[in-house]
Amino acid sequence: MEVVLFAVLAFVAILAALLVVAHRHPVYSALSLVVTMLCIAFLFLLLRSEFLWVIQITVYAGAVMVLFLFVIMLLDLRREERPWHLPEGRLQVGLGVLLALALLAELAVVAVAVRAPASAGAFPPAVVAARGNAQLLGRLLYTEYVLPFELTSVILLVAIVGAIVMAKKRFE
Amino acid sequence: MLAFLVTALVKIVVVFGCLMLAVAYMTWVERKVVGDIQVRLGPNRVGPFGLLQPIADGIKLLCKEDLVPRGADRVIFLLAPALSLTPALISFAVIPFGDTTTLFGLLSTPLDMRITDINVGVLYIFAVSSLGVYGIVLAGWSSNSKYALLGGLRSSAQMISYELSMGLSIIGVVMWAGSLSLVDIVRAQGRVWFIVPQILGFCIFFCCALAETNRAPFDLPEAETELVAGFHVEYSSMKFAMFFMAEYANMITASALATTLFLGGWRGPWLPPVVWFLLKVFAFLYVFIWLRATLPRFRYDQLMAFGWKRLLPLALLNLALTGALMVWWS
Repeated sequence: MEVVLFAVLAFVAILAALLVVAHRHPVYSALSLVVTMLCIAFLFLLLRSEFLWVIQITVYAGAVMVLFLFVIMLLDLRREERPWHLPEGRLQVGLGVLLALALLAELAVVAVAVRAPASAGAFPPAVVAARGNAQLLGRLLYTEYVLPFELTSVILLVAIVGAIVMAKKRFE
Repeated sequence: MLAFLVTALVKIVVVFGCLMLAVAYMTWVERKVVGDIQVRLGPNRVGPFGLLQPIADGIKLLCKEDLVPRGADRVIFLLAPALSLTPALISFAVIPFGDTTTLFGLLSTPLDMRITDINVGVLYIFAVSSLGVYGIVLAGWSSNSKYALLGGLRSSAQMISYELSMGLSIIGVVMWAGSLSLVDIVRAQGRVWFIVPQILGFCIFFCCALAETNRAPFDLPEAETELVAGFHVEYSSMKFAMFFMAEYANMITASALATTLFLGGWRGPWLPPVVWFLLKVFAFLYVFIWLRATLPRFRYDQLMAFGWKRLLPLALLNLALTGALMVWWS
């Protein structure tokens, strides 16, 4: 059952991800990305982490992608809608292929070299179910990983301030 | 496994049926109440007290011509009403209507009065409702009409802004209950309903719920006087009806959530739990309609300023106060 669900979700996620790149229309690309995000969310659910499941939906499939769509609609990118063709620049194609191959090689190395540990980790599903996965995640974030967690929020704050500064400049 | 599937299916069908019926009759209640407030009679021709009016309206809408405007993006135009209605309906999956029941002794083992209880129930509702924005945005964009586009953009900006304060306003409740599961939250309200320690959170939540459901005084996305009807102006027939149903289903969900989080859910003396639950939900729905009949619409800049400069800091203040109160209490 779980294997079937995983296969379906993975297939849809990859198909939608391909559509993000291949579709000619920016709005359809954005919507395909939403589908990919949703599939990833449900992969979290298959791993029994309900908290990450809902957060993935709220943050990525919900908030972030709505803002993407918002911007696409405001910019009226219909002019981008044109028949698909290979990019002209030699350098562009060469660099693109090179980067794609590097990514593929990385994936292959990870798939071959990294094996899942044979014994269960510190938080097997039974422990997580007993203590609640939102509670466990919260505890870990505020104790063991408090420094990276706070650093991330500082980075976000900097980004917000930067956005406000850049938006203000245009009005003056 | 089979028994589980059958009970789950039966529950889903029953809840879905009741919800759709409630949605249909909310239109009747709204027209009657608004009529009463404006010293009119409201619908009174179809059936006794106009009770068959929603059914007549449904048949009328089903028989109307289904139009797709020229230059519209066909696929998205057809998809948008479904994207709007589906989240409105599926968020009801985690609302608890009562504790357990044996259906007056018909069943040997007690049955839970809810479709399901997941340990992140509150967040689930927020996740699903954050997907509801797509229906409105895409409807506005795909119609190829400036009024619809403006309505859609306004609505998405409004919903994203108020979602934030709404999320923050319920954290106080989650802190008191120590759980994200709606059933646990109701169980935690045995001694006192959360509206008492969380009165500020409740006020913020209610304002945000009005804005999230696009109801007056926050119904700017469909402001008739400036945008004709906003994001659904180009829709006709059943597709229009689906947006309409989504709005009412969202109202019912918001009321049910407010009941569960702040008014003790199904708890109450003498009457059976489900009756208490329905009474509280209906009280909220009445206030929704009452506000629509009495308050004028906000201006757009007022709406944004209210959301970001008033509600958000207040929600943060509420969070700090709740924390302080909990430390002092223990």
